[in-house]
Amino acid sequence: MQILYAIIALGLIGLTFGLLLSMAAKVFAVKVDPRLDKVKDVLPGGNCGACGYAGCAQFAEAVLRGEVNPSGCIPGGTETATALAAELGIEVGETEPLVATVFCIGDNERAADTFIYDGVEDCAVAGRFNGGFKACGYGCLGLGNCVRVCPFEAIEMGSHGLPVVDQEACTGCGLCVNACPRDLIKTLPRRSNQGHLVLCSSHDRGKTVSKACSVGCIACRACVKACPQEAIDMDDKLAVIDLDKCDDCGKCVPVCPPVTIYPRTAIPRNKAELEKRPAAAAASEEGS
Amino acid sequence: MERLLSIIFIYILVENFVLQRFFGICPFLGVSRKMETAVGMSMAVIFVMTMATLVTWLLYTFVLEPFKMEYLQIVTFILVIASLVQLVETTLRKISPTLYQGLGIFLPLITTNCAIMAVALLAVREEFTFIEAVVFGIAASLGFSLALVIMAGIRERLELADIPDVLQGSAVTLITAGILSLAFQGFRGMLTL
Repeated sequence: MQILYAIIALGLIGLTFGLLLSMAAKVFAVKVDPRLDKVKDVLPGGNCGACGYAGCAQFAEAVLRGEVNPSGCIPGGTETATALAAELGIEVGETEPLVATVFCIGDNERAADTFIYDGVEDCAVAGRFNGGFKACGYGCLGLGNCVRVCPFEAIEMGSHGLPVVDQEACTGCGLCVNACPRDLIKTLPRRSNQGHLVLCSSHDRGKTVSKACSVGCIACRACVKACPQEAIDMDDKLAVIDLDKCDDCGKCVPVCPPVTIYPRTAIPRNKAELEKRPAAAAASEEGS
Repeated sequence: MERLLSIIFIYILVENFVLQRFFGICPFLGVSRKMETAVGMSMAVIFVMTMATLVTWLLYTFVLEPFKMEYLQIVTFILVIASLVQLVETTLRKISPTLYQGLGIFLPLITTNCAIMAVALLAVREEFTFIEAVVFGIAASLGFSLALVIMAGIRERLELADIPDVLQGSAVTLITAGILSLAFQGFRGMLTL
C-alpha cells in the first residue's frame, strides 16, 4: 500500500510540475530564429570579439537582424563569409584576410636592458615602470601580453624573447594589436606574404636609436633612396614600406646599415635566424 | 525576531555553507576565477536557494508530512528544484532578457548543486517555521556568496603573484580555500540556535 501511495504522490507532483513547465513554455515562449544555430555552426567559435560584438553568438544574432555584413567575421575570412551568405541567401562584401606582424626585432642582445625588472609579468605594467626596462622606449618588452590574449594560440615567445606569429594559425582578429601597450603589432593583408618590412617601431632620433638598439631604424633614408618603386616613406623618423607599392626587389635590404629590413617571408623567428642576416645583405657584404 | 537575526548571523558566518559545512565546493572552485562570474553565480544562488527553500518547505509541510511520506523527501526535492529552476529560467527569458543574460549560464549549473539540496533538507530537519525557513535560505545563500566573492578577490590577486611552479593552478586554489576555511573556524561556537 505504502509503495502505491509513493508512486501516486510522486507521479502527481511530477505531473503538476510537468504541466506547469509546459504551460510556462507556451506562455513565455521566446521566438528564436531557427537559422541562429546554423549560423553559429558556420562561425569559428573563438569568441575573439574582433567583429565588435561580445562573441560569436551575438555576431550571429546581428547578422540575422541584418545589422552587419556576414564578412564582418575577420578570423573566418572569405570562407566563413561565403558560407554564411549561402546560409542566409544574401550578398557578401569582400574581406581581405589579415595576419598579425610584430614590428620589433630588438631582442635583449641587440637592444640593451637598462635595469633588471623583477615585477609583474605584464608588458603594460613593466612599460609604465620608469619607462620600461629596455633602453629603447618603443621596443618589445617580451612579457607576452599578446601571447596570453590570443584565443587561437597563434603567438608564442621565440628563443630570442620576442613574440612570433604562427602564420598558419593567425586569423588576423587583431586582439594582440590592442593588447600590446607599445603598439608593436599590426595586422597586414595576407596576400601570399609579399613585400618587405622595416621591423622597427622607434620614432626616436637616429643617434638615440643606435645607442639603445643595434637593429633599430636610424632614419638614415638609405632605403628611401634605394627603392626604385618609391614605396618607402619616412614617418616621423621611421622608415615605412608601402606594401601596395613594394614589389619584393630587395634593394632596400643591403643598404640598411642596422639590417632592420626583412622580407615578410623571412621574419626572424628565433635566435639563430636573427643572427643570420637576410640573404641579400650577406651577399652584398661578400661582394664589397 | 531575535531568532531570525541569529539564523542570519549563524548561516552567513558561523555555519558558512561553503567554508564550514563544505557544501557547493564545485561552483566555489569552478567560478571563483573572476569576480564578474563569481558575482553572477552568487546572484543566481541567492535567487534559487531562496525559491527552493520556500517551495520545498511548503511541499514538505503540506504534502509529505500529512501523508507520512517523509522518506520521499530527497527524490521529491530533486524533482521540485530541477523543475523550479527550469521554470524560473523560462519565465526570466521572457520577462527580463537582461537578467536572463546575466544569470543565464549559472542557473542550470546550480540546479542539482548540493548546497541547494542541503538548504532544502536542513530547513526541514531543523524544524524551522515558514518565515524562518525562508530567512534561512537567504542567509545560507548570502554565506555562499560571501565565500565565493572573497575567494574570487583572492584568486584575482593570486593571478599576479609569483607562485612556485609546483603550487600553480588548482594546488594553490585548494590551499587558499583551506586557509579561508580555517579563518572562518574562528566564528565557531559564537552563536547557537
